[in-house]
Amino acid sequence: MTLVVTPWSPAAGEDLLDLLPADERLILPALQAVQQGFGYVPKEAVALIAVALNVSVADVHGVLTYYHELRTTAPAPITLAICVAEACQATGSRELVAHVGANLAPVGGRSDDGQVDVVEVFCLGNCALGPAALINERLVGRLTTKALESALADARAAL
Amino acid sequence: MTTTIYVPIDSAATSIGANAVALAIADEATKRNVEIKLVRNGSRGLLWLEPLVEVETVTGRFGYGPVTAADVAALFDEDFLTGADNGFSVGIVDEIPWLADQQRVTFARVGVIDPLDINDYEAHGGLTGLRTAIALDPSKVVEEVLASGLRGRGGAGFPAGIKWRTVLEADSDQKYVCCNADEGDSGTFADRMLMEGDPFTLIEGMAIAGIAGGATKGLIYIRSEYPDAIATMKAALLIARGCGLLGDDVLGSGKAFDITVRVGAGSYVCGEETAMLESLEGKRGMVRAKPPVPALHGLFGQPTIVNNVLTLATVPMILAQGAAAYQALGAERSRGTQVFQLAGNIARGGIVERAFGVSLKELVENYGGGTRSGRPVRSVQVGGPLGAYFSASGLEVAMDYEALIAAGGMLGHGGIVVFDDSVDMAQQARFAMEFCAKESCGKCTPCRVGSVRGVEVIDKVISDIDRTANLDLLNDLCDLMTDGSLCAMGGLTPMPVLSALRQFPEDFQK
Repeated sequence: MTLVVTPWSPAAGEDLLDLLPADERLILPALQAVQQGFGYVPKEAVALIAVALNVSVADVHGVLTYYHELRTTAPAPITLAICVAEACQATGSRELVAHVGANLAPVGGRSDDGQVDVVEVFCLGNCALGPAALINERLVGRLTTKALESALADARAAL
Repeated sequence: MTTTIYVPIDSAATSIGANAVALAIADEATKRNVEIKLVRNGSRGLLWLEPLVEVETVTGRFGYGPVTAADVAALFDEDFLTGADNGFSVGIVDEIPWLADQQRVTFARVGVIDPLDINDYEAHGGLTGLRTAIALDPSKVVEEVLASGLRGRGGAGFPAGIKWRTVLEADSDQKYVCCNADEGDSGTFADRMLMEGDPFTLIEGMAIAGIAGGATKGLIYIRSEYPDAIATMKAALLIARGCGLLGDDVLGSGKAFDITVRVGAGSYVCGEETAMLESLEGKRGMVRAKPPVPALHGLFGQPTIVNNVLTLATVPMILAQGAAAYQALGAERSRGTQVFQLAGNIARGGIVERAFGVSLKELVENYGGGTRSGRPVRSVQVGGPLGAYFSASGLEVAMDYEALIAAGGMLGHGGIVVFDDSVDMAQQARFAMEFCAKESCGKCTPCRVGSVRGVEVIDKVISDIDRTANLDLLNDLCDLMTDGSLCAMGGLTPMPVLSALRQFPEDFQK
């Protein structure tokens, strides 16, 4: 599936924060809402959230930088999250990561065509059918280099 | 006549093509003009047979697997609609020895029912536990849970009934039930499968906890790595509200209880209960010092029942069938069943729910069938990334809380990860430290700094730089992390490291 995101503007950010339900007027849900809406958390959003929730900018910054998934730059259209935890190591994730590093992008990097971000993740709950990866929100299992390339081709075709 | 066909929608099954199989079956049925009812069930847990297609017949549900979309036409040609024995058949699924030998309690309905059909849920015994609880005084509900011997399935193994009693006896205007669905341990997937395959059981269990403890609000903290479980739980909550299972008057009891889903943001340590509470409050997932315990000072400082998915999902069965029936299963102080998860390099991976006390050997060899690669088993990690590694000759250990501790390990969340003889145990030990360094919340020094030093020291040992002195240093560092860390993250990271060092010293001496 393709992620639908709106271009960032402070006004759009304020509108989005106004929509937060009363019990989610908290820093992490606010950051998640911004990321879901705009694809990432722009710098200006930090101050907006601080004002909207009546907390300090430092507190918002602290939460933003704590969680691995929150990002401050726009992502590529496709995120390939490869599981590198033990169960997938036992079925060849180290080799898969090496292959992706040599042919697409290293972990933490972006492919040359700008279409795919490669990230590592610790466990996707598919531990009996490893190696596993999450391509946007699609879980794929028993990956070989060939199966991974075909799953990525599907994701590119769906863009 | 309409034939009912089941194709799992569990994300493990869909990760290897179950959606394509379901589509192909629907297309093929239309093409051949046969009437079918296609049910997208959870997974039965026989993951090596996925995608596993089941057909309802007069003698039971007949299974075919593994099936790919390309096999579907052949399945129709070979009369699978009538339960014919063909190249894909695995027989009546309930009679497959792997499944028939299990004692499914928590997972009784997973894979059997349509996850989002509340009528199907009720027809399979759902809501009986909650109705029983509603008819009882809250203190009697707590007594039942205490009497069942149910302990926390998240890993710590604390008696659930004691937490519940503490919350019930606490005086407060607002209490909470928080379900920990931040299943971050590698090798574990039972929480995910339960939420995707039988979400109403979790909702019912949380409602019982709410009634017993006097809480009106429930939160489920699900990790973001589980998009399908999040979607299924949210859909189930809407249905539950619609039919009065949740809301101001739970099943006509006059008691209010509602649940919301909250999603994590990629932090392993948020599976630790106090870090989870911090995260639910919207903050950094920093571990809190205990005491005060969450039962008295939990979410927003209020009395809070914090339990794992499997703990809460087991409660409906306990109330429905009585504490004695559950307590009768198990070994020593580990009562009831454990949902073991066979993972890693394993021939027959999946869910094995058995009473406590089954041996690791039986799980790995009899159920698991050895490695998927066909090479010899060399090492087995039990209990997630903080659990011990066992060698192939050390698998006789009984799987219960105390026996595993006595053997130098821990049960954790019941995950079992198998490695074949190509594994480098020094690299696995290094990974344990590396993982801790990446995922430490940073609050306490032994964990935050110790893990970074751990990686450095192991690298020196591997590179044969002053090896003897560095091995001494590593042991010393592990002692410090074990004794000085605030929570299990830093406190248990030495367990995989030292178990690898103890049992596979040759890998550190290359």
